[in-house]
Amino acid sequence: MAVLDRVLRTPERGPEAPRRARAASLAVLGPVGLVVLVLSIAASTAIGAADLGPRDVLSVVLERLGGPETGLSTLRERIILDLRLPRAVLAAACGAGLALCGVVLQSLLRNPLADPFVLGVSSGASTGAVLVVVVGIGAGTIGLATGAFLGALVAFSLVLLLGLLTGGTTDRMILAGVASTQLFAALTSFIVFTLADAEQTRGVLFWLLGSLGAATWNEVLVCGLVVLVGMALCWASAGTLDAFMFGQDAAASLGVPVQRVRLVLLVTTALVTAVIVSVSGAIGFVGLVLPHVARALVGVGHRLVVPTAALLGAIFLVWVEVASRTVIAPQELPIGVATALVGVPAFVVVLVRSRRRTS
Amino acid sequence: MIGAHDVSWRVGGHLAVDGVTLDVPTGSTVALLGPNGSGKSSFLRLLAGVRPTSSGVVRLGDDDLASLSRRRVAQRLAVVDQENVTDTDPTVRDVVSLGRLPHRAAWSPATGRDREVVDRCATQMRVEHLLGRRYATLSGGERQRVQIARALAQEPTELLLDEPTNHLDLRHQLELLTLVRRAGRTTVMALHDLNLAATYADRLVVLHEGRVHAAGAPEDVLTVGLVADVYGVEAEIESTPAGLHVRYLRALP
Repeated sequence: MAVLDRVLRTPERGPEAPRRARAASLAVLGPVGLVVLVLSIAASTAIGAADLGPRDVLSVVLERLGGPETGLSTLRERIILDLRLPRAVLAAACGAGLALCGVVLQSLLRNPLADPFVLGVSSGASTGAVLVVVVGIGAGTIGLATGAFLGALVAFSLVLLLGLLTGGTTDRMILAGVASTQLFAALTSFIVFTLADAEQTRGVLFWLLGSLGAATWNEVLVCGLVVLVGMALCWASAGTLDAFMFGQDAAASLGVPVQRVRLVLLVTTALVTAVIVSVSGAIGFVGLVLPHVARALVGVGHRLVVPTAALLGAIFLVWVEVASRTVIAPQELPIGVATALVGVPAFVVVLVRSRRRTS
Repeated sequence: MIGAHDVSWRVGGHLAVDGVTLDVPTGSTVALLGPNGSGKSSFLRLLAGVRPTSSGVVRLGDDDLASLSRRRVAQRLAVVDQENVTDTDPTVRDVVSLGRLPHRAAWSPATGRDREVVDRCATQMRVEHLLGRRYATLSGGERQRVQIARALAQEPTELLLDEPTNHLDLRHQLELLTLVRRAGRTTVMALHDLNLAATYADRLVVLHEGRVHAAGAPEDVLTVGLVADVYGVEAEIESTPAGLHVRYLRALP
């Protein structure tokens, strides 16, 4: 748990040298991170019940891109292309997006414990999903993912409205998020307990805890594109996010049009999170913990923190996805359970650290 | 130069700032005085443009502050707030570098000139040896100097300081105000200490219940009557070669 160690240890930095090394490291960090990510995806695709090697994965991908015949059976090709690869890529996209949203929300709301779900998005999504699956709203025309996405948007709009009505300060935003989360969680439980049969309950529960099992290339495409656009926008706002270091008034006096920027970035993170939740369920802790890990590695500047957190989130979730389907194979562990098992201890560390800092 | 013309700010049905007019000529230093709740901080927020005025106009140079973009304002006016708390763990260089943000696009990295300005402003506030340190490990006086270095890194013509000497010991108070004066910007600062104000400001403006109670040169403003009226304190004022000196005797009943 070297990563945890780094989060735990309050970094003592020497005078100037480490900062310089870090400033020069974006050009190194990006390519290295991408290579590790690609290798992780390849490796994770090779791991599983059917015996395949990373070389098989590579040759299948190359064949698709116009390379030579693989000589693999069609079944094995299909396992790679239709089952494992979309899962791995979707895990990467979700991990990157969740970590990214965590970075932005922690900075904007000035709360080290903020995560992508702090504004009620996941609980709204669960209510939407339950309405579709259990109650049958949409009469089969909309799927679980669409229902979840719409639910997430309704919940977030409510939080935004409540937050603005009560003054628009960051504290009020978080309180509105808490209230909305409770409300939608209660609604979800109410519907499940009164209307769902055992089969539906199990299905919904599994989805709520996060699952990439049903990943399709369509989902990969939508989710990947949304995460990439969100990331471009957040990265382009790196300086603006830095300006929030000492709060909103300080950001305003550093030239940031606070209200507008906050609205744009909150809506962006909510949309990215809603898309992720709708394809994967609520995968917790990635968005909470990995931003802290990224900061422990590269300091507080968002030009580095944003891409670092996204890459770490992607790599992390790819491996958690592998763990979720191998640890108790042939059974599958919901991926949210796996991230929580890693995330809870890390969460405690963050709590202790933030307390130490304020005292 | 920065000026306020009949500026008011209404919060929760109460006038925190009530028709204040003030002109601060280029290069001069004005100290805002007044007891707690007299409207000093509120007025500074209006001057900084981080709160909109309920009525009246703040002028920055020849422009109406409200008509300028936040970025344009930040390029010429820098603010140091009373409380500077962060949840993150920046280095001193990270903090001083914030001052360069108004001068570049949000997506562009710091340039060589940005780093030069940061180094120069850190040196000016005598925190250059702290640049690699973590902000959280600094003393109150060091933090305050770092924040002012950050403000100077904005290369402002106007500087607004809210109680810059709060929580500082005597030596650090004097050092800090000397450095601020030496920076030579058009400065408005809220101060609690009448003697410091008399020593370091060209003009004093005394606020009381949101209104200007007195304004002018220290020797014209600081009188036994004023200290009694505004602060409710009986005092003696003596003229020394170093300037006026106020000695507080007792709180008036």
